Amino acid sequence: MGRLKGAVLGGLMVWGLTGWAAGGPEGQLQGWAREAGIPVSAFSAARGEALYRQERTSAQGAAIGCFSCHTKDPGQPGRTRAGKTIEPMASAVTPTRFTDPAKTEKWFSRNCQDVLGRACTPEEKGDFVTWLTRVKP
Amino acid sequence: MKDSVKGMLVVAGSVIAAVGLFATGPSWGDDEGRGEEHGGMRASRVPVGAPASWKTECGSCHVPYPPAMLPAQSWARIMAGLDRHFGENASLPPAVAAEIGRFLAAEAGGPRGGEGGKAGTEPPLRITETPWFRREHREIGDAVWRRAAIGSPANCSACHRQAEQGIFNEHGVKIPK
Repeated sequence: MGRLKGAVLGGLMVWGLTGWAAGGPEGQLQGWAREAGIPVSAFSAARGEALYRQERTSAQGAAIGCFSCHTKDPGQPGRTRAGKTIEPMASAVTPTRFTDPAKTEKWFSRNCQDVLGRACTPEEKGDFVTWLTRVKP
Repeated sequence: MKDSVKGMLVVAGSVIAAVGLFATGPSWGDDEGRGEEHGGMRASRVPVGAPASWKTECGSCHVPYPPAMLPAQSWARIMAGLDRHFGENASLPPAVAAEIGRFLAAEAGGPRGGEGGKAGTEPPLRITETPWFRREHREIGDAVWRRAAIGSPANCSACHRQAEQGIFNEHGVKIPK
């Protein structure tokens, strides 16, 4: 019985740890915090929102920003230029958001270049994800 | 008895004719007749054995366009410029890009970019530039392409409701108002 209890507890611990690593964005937030040399608590949802709402004028003279594809409301579905629907960015509406670290990094690397014309800093990524995982649209 | 055999023959004949028509229909074409082999007998233009990465990566911004819709040289040009993909950065990790590139090369359409393409010209980067695409959509006016529910010719599934599954035949077409 004691052994069984131990096994169950051990299993739960392993499950909890892998869940922590692969499940939510916590592991990734910690990674960005380490890179930026700040604690996770220093990430700011307000700065993340400002980044989301930031506008830039493209070379063609059009106003571009996250909203170009994701709309100004992260609770609403977006649309790619080719017409495909994008699931809402807010975790509250799309629970799978920011649960796949490789996917998150891939889209940061693409879209920061497209929208800001440069890579995002680890701090910006942390701010952005902090806002989108907390916002209640 | 004789009549029923005759009936069966007529039915079989119609089926063969219909399949033949479909196989040669849109003709993404190619000189070696691979279009028939790959797409003709199946409703879907998605080749069997398409890697999951093709569907998830190419399909995240647009319908994963079936490889037979462009010649191999076109796909090679597209895959070489993913960081500037029609105005967007669509770069991929090298291993994923290599897997998708191999699949596109193996399943690409004919060497001349679809039936009627001119040999010796630059391979098209856009499916909409191929002769077969223009021919198949010649009845669609600019105003239709610009409708809010469509947006552009890149949005196959606006009208071809089963485009995600690789089905583009005319029966499934419903043009939104």
